[in-house]
Amino acid sequence: MMSESTKVLAAIPGMFYRKPSPEEDVYLNEGDKVEVGDIIGLIEVMKTFYEIKAEKAGILESFLTEHETMVDAGQELAILTEQSE
Amino acid sequence: MGIFDKVLIANRGEIARRIIRTCNRLGIQTVAIYSDADADAPFVKEATEAVCIGESQAKKSYLDIEKVINAAKETKANAIHPGYGFLSENPSFVNRCEEEGIVFIGPTAEVMKLMGSKLESRIQMHAAGIPVVPGSEKDLETVDEALEVAENIGYPLMLKASAGGGGIGMKLVQNSDELKNAFNTTKQQAISFFGDGAVFLEKWITEPRHIEVQIAADTHGNAVHLFERECSVQRRHQKVVEESPSPLLDEALREKLVSTALLGVERIGYTNLGTMEFIFDGDQNFYFLEMNTRLQVEHPITEEVTGTDLVEWQLRIAAGEPLPAQQDQIKKNGHSIECRLYAEDPNTYFPSPGTIKHLALPEKDVRLDFGIIEGSVVSPYYDPMIGKIIVHDTDRQAAIIKMKQALEQIKVEGIVTNLPLLERIMDTEQFTSGNYTTNFLTEVSTV
Repeated sequence: MMSESTKVLAAIPGMFYRKPSPEEDVYLNEGDKVEVGDIIGLIEVMKTFYEIKAEKAGILESFLTEHETMVDAGQELAILTEQSE
Repeated sequence: MGIFDKVLIANRGEIARRIIRTCNRLGIQTVAIYSDADADAPFVKEATEAVCIGESQAKKSYLDIEKVINAAKETKANAIHPGYGFLSENPSFVNRCEEEGIVFIGPTAEVMKLMGSKLESRIQMHAAGIPVVPGSEKDLETVDEALEVAENIGYPLMLKASAGGGGIGMKLVQNSDELKNAFNTTKQQAISFFGDGAVFLEKWITEPRHIEVQIAADTHGNAVHLFERECSVQRRHQKVVEESPSPLLDEALREKLVSTALLGVERIGYTNLGTMEFIFDGDQNFYFLEMNTRLQVEHPITEEVTGTDLVEWQLRIAAGEPLPAQQDQIKKNGHSIECRLYAEDPNTYFPSPGTIKHLALPEKDVRLDFGIIEGSVVSPYYDPMIGKIIVHDTDRQAAIIKMKQALEQIKVEGIVTNLPLLERIMDTEQFTSGNYTTNFLTEVSTV
C-alpha cells in the first residue's frame, strides 16, 4: 500500500471557514475519510462564499489553516493523503 | 427641534461619503466609524471625526451593535444613519438606539420587523388589498402541506424562506418530486442562515420585471411617493443597472402602481424613506414582493428625476419635521440611469479585490458616487460594489448616450471590474428598446 500527500490550496483570497455556518459542526475533522467533491471548507470573499472541494479521495491528514482566518490565493489549507493499493 | 448637531454614519464606502455630503451642506457634523481594513478609506478622512471600531471582518466592526452604540455615545452623536446593508434593517439595533436616546434615521423597530418577514409582510399587504404573488398564506410546516398548496396554485413554484434575502433560501421547483426534494433542505437552510425556519410557496413568474416605488412618510401622518425605479437588470438577484422612469409603464399603469404602494405604506403606519418592490409578469400584472425599510443603493436616479436630496429627507423626517414636499409638488423631469461598478469579472462575476493603481473618471455631465479613489485598496471583506455612475437627461435616449460617453472615459487599473459588461448593456438592442426582463443579463452574458 502506498500513500501520497497533496496539499489543498486556496484558489482565491478571503476568509477561510471550516463550518457551513457558525452554529454547525465542521465539515471535516482531521483523520476523516474524504471522497472526490467533498467540501473541505469555505472561502468568503466580498460577501460571496466559495466551496473548497477535494479533488482527490483520501484521508484529511491535517489542517494547515485555522477556522476563520484570512488566506491569500495559493495558501495551503490542508494536507490530504491519498491511499492506493 | 432643528435637525441634528451630529450624526454618526454606521456604514462605509460610497454611501458613507454620500451621507457626509448632505450633512456638510446642512451644517451637521459627522462621525465616521471604520474597521482596520478601511483606515485609509476616503470616507474616514471626509467625516468631521472618525472612530475605529474593530477588526476588518464585518461582524467584528460594522455589524457589532454594541461597538456602534459605544462610538455614538463617546462622540455624543444625536442620531445614527445606517445607510444600506449592515445594521440598516436590524430591529434590535433600532431598539438599542432608542434605549440610549439616540435617534435612528429610519422607521420604527416594530414596522421594520414586520416588513423584514417576507411572509408577514405578504399577509399584511394582502389584507390591505394589494396584489401579492399567488402562493401560500402561511408558514408551511410539512411536505404534505406544501404539496397540497402546490397542487392548488400549479407549478412552477418558488419555495422561499420567510427571512431570506439576496437570493439565499430560494428554490425553484418544477414538479412535486422537486418540491419533495427541496422542502427539507430549504427549511434547514432557512434555520441555519436566518435562524427562522418559516418557508412558503409562491407562483414562479417566468419573465418578470422588477419595478420598485420610492416612498416617504413623516411622523405626522403624511405619505408621498417619488415615482418608480426600473431594476430588472440583475445578476444573481443583484442589481447592476437601474433607471427612472421605467420604460414599461404608461401614465395609467404608473398611477396604479404608485397608489398601490402608498396603500401599503399607510396600512402599516410606515415612517421615513422606504421602497416597495413589485414584480411584473408579461401581462403587466404586478404583485408586491417586499419592502426595503432603508435608503436604497439606487436612490440617486430618483433624486435626479425629482430634484430632491433623499438623505436630507431622511434627516428631516427623523428629526420630526413634516415632509419637505407634498405630492403635487413632486414632479418627475427627464430620465436617469445608474450603473453599478463592481470589482468583479464581467463574465464569471468572480470577485476581484486589490489596489486601484490608476483611476480615470469623467469630469462633466455625470454624477459619480464612488467609495474609492486612486490608490484605494478594495479589500476582500465587503461588498464588491465600488462606485455608481449616474446620468440624467431630457429623455431616455439622451440619457443612454450620456451614459455611454461616461463609461468610455472610465479607466480602472489594478483590479478587474464589470465595466465592459456595463458598456455592453448600453449597446444591446434589448436595453436600448427598453424591452427587457430579469433574464436579460443571463442572455447578454452567454452571448
